[in-house]
Amino acid sequence: MGFTATKDAGGVMVVQVDGQLIVGNRQELKQLVQEALDHEERKFLVDFSKAGYIDSSGLGALVSISKKVREQGGELRLSGLNEDLRSLFELTKLDTLFAISDSAKQALVAF
Amino acid sequence: MTQPIRLVVRRTSELSLPVEVSTRIPSVLDAVHESVEILTRHAFAGLAATPECERLRNRFKTLLCEALSNAMVYGHREDPAKFVAVRIEVDTTVVRVHVTDEGAGFDPAAVRPPLDPADLDRETGRGLLMIQKLADSVSFNPQGNSICMTLRRP
Repeated sequence: MGFTATKDAGGVMVVQVDGQLIVGNRQELKQLVQEALDHEERKFLVDFSKAGYIDSSGLGALVSISKKVREQGGELRLSGLNEDLRSLFELTKLDTLFAISDSAKQALVAF
Repeated sequence: MTQPIRLVVRRTSELSLPVEVSTRIPSVLDAVHESVEILTRHAFAGLAATPECERLRNRFKTLLCEALSNAMVYGHREDPAKFVAVRIEVDTTVVRVHVTDEGAGFDPAAVRPPLDPADLDRETGRGLLMIQKLADSVSFNPQGNSICMTLRRP
């Protein structure tokens, strides 16, 4: 369980969350995105269609990543949130901070 | 994590309810996920694999994870020598989770989550809000170092 990063034909780094995004593994995600930024990647999609659960540290990591990507003039999108995960974004008002698409496919055409 | 986690599981007979699972977990953030998985497996052993139960299981995992990490980070400053006590009770109508740390406690009413547009970039402060949303009821002991979260079963 962790994160799988692949680059799509349009140059978007697609990061799949496999399982959980929580206090114990959020640094791994932050590091993955930071390294990609260091390698001049600027378009990121984090997909949650295979995610299990997210805690507030996981949400904090996404906030941190979004800041870093923005600072580099990049773009970050999220996709594949199930009903429960989406309701957490709405509750914390983070749905206003992130561009959220239903599916990875929809997100990729929006870049 | 080399330190073993010892679980105490109490039930009247195999896979019957009520069941009580209790343990003490050292304050190591890397141990949170494994602890959550093990505790969930034991507490939910008798539950059906319906989509409703799967959602309940995920809400339970999020709540337990959140309460454990709050206890470790804020209650214990991640001191691995300090333990978080967990007690889970499952009966036919509810799942109840008690998480207690060795810290001085806090005043939950004083926590202000970052909900203003200007504060949305803050990385922390959302845990308690999430707990209050995901649980059907939440209570604290007077000292503020023990939380009880209740989920109604579908």
